[in-house]
Amino acid sequence: MVSATSELLPLADGCLILSHRLSEWMSNAPTMEEDIALGNIALDLLGQARGLLQVIGDETGVTEDELAYFREPQEFRNPLICELPNGDFAFTMARQLFVDIWLAHVWSELAATASDEQVRGVAEKAIKENAYHRRHSSSWVVRLGDGTDESRRRMETATEALWPYRGEIADDRWYDAVDAALTEATLTMPPRDAWTQRSSLDGWHTEHLGYLLAEMQSLARAHPGATW
Amino acid sequence: MTRTTEARGWALLEAVPDPEIPVLSVVDLGIVRAVEESDDGRSVQVTLTPTYSGCPATEVIMRDVRTALQASYDTVDVRTQLSPAWTTDWLSDKGRERLHGFGIAPPSGRTTLPLIDAGGPASCPRCGSSKVEELAGFGSTPCKALWRCTTCREPFDYMKVH
Repeated sequence: MVSATSELLPLADGCLILSHRLSEWMSNAPTMEEDIALGNIALDLLGQARGLLQVIGDETGVTEDELAYFREPQEFRNPLICELPNGDFAFTMARQLFVDIWLAHVWSELAATASDEQVRGVAEKAIKENAYHRRHSSSWVVRLGDGTDESRRRMETATEALWPYRGEIADDRWYDAVDAALTEATLTMPPRDAWTQRSSLDGWHTEHLGYLLAEMQSLARAHPGATW
Repeated sequence: MTRTTEARGWALLEAVPDPEIPVLSVVDLGIVRAVEESDDGRSVQVTLTPTYSGCPATEVIMRDVRTALQASYDTVDVRTQLSPAWTTDWLSDKGRERLHGFGIAPPSGRTTLPLIDAGGPASCPRCGSSKVEELAGFGSTPCKALWRCTTCREPFDYMKVH
């Protein structure tokens, strides 16, 4: 039996925080289709986060809303990469691909091994949602990496800027998949042994998470206990 | 428990439309796992499997199902079952025909993981041409993508294989 808080929290929080970041693109994406795509992906991630937060809440005696809206930054366990500001579209897509590849592996494992039925159910569903997300992010990484001089420059910049934030999500399988995707995009993957952050597992975050939570939690904190 | 009484619950659910795609009933959509009545026929328990993790229609569907059954039962218990996950393989044949008639191309083929290259619609739901191309992988609801027919030039929704 997985211990919900230690093993599921990084996953649940990662989905929740990345969902919020993607939702910041609403009405600001480069095209209408992209607005809709990012909204759909954000919604899937939010649903996945909720499914897991319910399980964690049941184990620890709190509600999913209390977990999402009334925890402090240091209590969140999302991988740092999820909380980074969106940057430009290339940064958002490169990050999405990195996280999608991580999630693909995590969901497959959970679907095969989780003893909790709800966790297994969330994972079985998420595998299929993730496949569509990954198809989207990887096609953009290829399109921008193997595109114009400007789009290539932005994708290279994004990959380098994200690289020190892969610590909590990278393993051999992840590197292999990222390497294959970047190679298809005619880009070179930075070194596997380059230094990386991985402090979120101890509750240490970038300064960005506090600002994100201030916005995400403001309504619930202004009206504690309110329900729809 | 007899087939006749169970059929009453299923018949009531046949009349509950999907809020986003109202030509489909929740039964056509394939989300009803079980309908079980008590022996006296006064209470019913329905088990549903949601379509997408974050689909906002799910909560509306649960409410609509409860309301529809309360017309005929004293006690209604609506439960969710996540595993096995819902798949478009569970859409009824009638549902697929209705989708097509509504202008939404039904999912082509069966769901096979890892679903990386899931293909696209077999034909344009408006003119029947098989010359179609993808405009966007995501559409107006979680279940749809936007495609275009290169024969009649009309864009149309495609319900993705899932």
